[in-house]
Amino acid sequence: MSVFIDKNTKVLVQGITGSTALFHTKQMLEYGTQIVAGVTPGKGGSEVEGVPVFNTVEEAVKATGANVSVIYVPAPFAADAILECVDAELDMAICITEHIPVVDMVKVKRYMEGKKTRLVGPNCPGVITPDECKIGIMPGYIHTKGHVGVVSRSGTLTYEAVHQLSQEGIGQSTAVGIGGDPVNGTNFIDTLEAFNNDPDTEAVIMIGEIGGTAEEEAAEWVKANMTKPVVGFIGGATAPPGKRMGHAGAIISGGKGTAEEKIRIMNECGIAVAETPSVMGETLIKVLKEKGLYDKCKTH
Amino acid sequence: MNIHEYQGKELLRKYGVSVPRGYVAFTPKEAVEAAKELGSAVTVVKAQIHAGGRGKAGGVKIAKSLDEVRTYAKELLGKTLVTHQTGPEGKEIKRLLIEEGCDIKKEYYVGLVLDRATSRITLMASEEGGTEIEEVAEATPEKIFRETIDPVVGLTAFQARRIAFNINIPKELVNKAVRFMLGLYKMFVEKDCSIAEINPLVTTGDGNVMALDAKLNFDANALYRQKDVMEFRDLDEEDSKEIEASKYDLSYISLDGNIGCMVNGAGLAMATMDIIKHYGGDPANFLDVGGGATAEKVTEAFKIILSDENVKGIFVNIFGGIMKCDIIAEGVVEAAKQVGLKVPLVVRLEGTNVELGKKILNESDLDIVAAGTMADGAQKIVELVG
Repeated sequence: MSVFIDKNTKVLVQGITGSTALFHTKQMLEYGTQIVAGVTPGKGGSEVEGVPVFNTVEEAVKATGANVSVIYVPAPFAADAILECVDAELDMAICITEHIPVVDMVKVKRYMEGKKTRLVGPNCPGVITPDECKIGIMPGYIHTKGHVGVVSRSGTLTYEAVHQLSQEGIGQSTAVGIGGDPVNGTNFIDTLEAFNNDPDTEAVIMIGEIGGTAEEEAAEWVKANMTKPVVGFIGGATAPPGKRMGHAGAIISGGKGTAEEKIRIMNECGIAVAETPSVMGETLIKVLKEKGLYDKCKTH
Repeated sequence: MNIHEYQGKELLRKYGVSVPRGYVAFTPKEAVEAAKELGSAVTVVKAQIHAGGRGKAGGVKIAKSLDEVRTYAKELLGKTLVTHQTGPEGKEIKRLLIEEGCDIKKEYYVGLVLDRATSRITLMASEEGGTEIEEVAEATPEKIFRETIDPVVGLTAFQARRIAFNINIPKELVNKAVRFMLGLYKMFVEKDCSIAEINPLVTTGDGNVMALDAKLNFDANALYRQKDVMEFRDLDEEDSKEIEASKYDLSYISLDGNIGCMVNGAGLAMATMDIIKHYGGDPANFLDVGGGATAEKVTEAFKIILSDENVKGIFVNIFGGIMKCDIIAEGVVEAAKQVGLKVPLVVRLEGTNVELGKKILNESDLDIVAAGTMADGAQKIVELVG
């Protein structure tokens, strides 16, 4: 088991003919992901890496049964690409694209209300269920199959956490990058809930960063609902206030959204927070041992 | 992106939001001419820098004659203003806003911001104008009123009216206040603002509702479609290295330390700063080279780090995903070739194309200290810098 995606997931790639999308389509195919279609308006009827290309998402879904889309479309057109997935009633749209204007995302979120599609991202590395399905831009080789869920606002910090786990012999059930934007789709709580309901996930690493209050809300949710241990890390403890630290959402404004406050509340809610990014794996292992879950999670 | 108050007021005027008449002046002579043109009994001379707290810091003067306008303009232009937002080094005043004085009856606060919890734009207002909204939120939270805006219909008249009544705008001025707020919202969405704060909004003796100050901030992701806003950019207000970095779409922020950092991904870049600090070092910058960087961009990024005289060592920490390690390696080698490398360099590579990246670095004749993990790299660079 896993969350959101597995070996049966049929993926379509929006913007497949762009250079970044092409590179990662190849990598996903090599990993074993079932990529059944690509969409680039005007390139319908052609083929890329053996994958048929369509002009619209609707057409691609009809012809191939794709149920999840991964979006590599440039920022000015990416919001529209998400809307197209929602309209085609896909199960999930994973938007890798960064730099989508906030005003566009506010409209997208409103449009998605009450609709079937789950959005992951934007500005995220994607989702991977090791050995089954890799959707996005993460390096596949660092992942190993197992029982620890990973959820993160940062792409490269997700890789860092996964790498540490794999090196310590701890496999992952699914790793979900929820993205670094202030307005995104799936949030920490949605993902934690999915991990909580997944019989194959035993524990979760949650990686946050400065800005907003998503980590605080997630911590409260964990305290009230989570039956599995959660450990965390918050990036940006040394970030100066008022500066946007790369991610559109990573900003301390009006004294809100500091790492200190997030860590304090996470600790209060029973989440062990790693002191440095280098000990995310170690921190989890310590908790697994305390809870008697280490042997179960030690996969290799 | 920030703009000056006078530029913000220019934009507001275009959206039918009332602001006092005023002109920008770069010299005392221009200031006097502007005051003459205004012909008001009282003229306000306001320092234009990208920071709040100008009034308290002595950057706003009330002049009762043209002579006083000249005196204040001479005093302010070229002066370094230190406010609670500028940092101790302050900011040099290069522009003034010369504005007609107005007969203020009462001050209010109106602001539009993104509410991350609801993913909606929210209108906030209070009758405690003139003070920082964070202070009001702290002291008297019951005096702040909010309206969450549905993007389908935008800010509605009834919502604006409800806010106006809640903050006790006199009823004969409610319609004007509503027009004000509707105009402000229209500008916010059409111009891709990230913050639009009017503090204070004032009611005047002659029955007007006006923005006496305007703090507008724009979504950097949307600037590609806001050419007129881009024209407001004042490079004098920005860090020269940050300007250079922005030319190459690099996300760079200057800091006070001496360890230059080159990292991919914002989260890892922040975490790298954190871990350097953890081991007793001090980062000189935040730098996220991003996912789509070419070897050329990486070269420029490296040159920007090296141009900082404070930098006594560099830590390159890369976990390749969308970014490929070989691209980073090529860029580092090329930059070192172009400008020379006189400080210690620690490199930690992992992720997409890692073997290729390591090969490129090994085959170069650069003096590179390889690190296995980010903790290892951080400890090594902190030690080397001393």
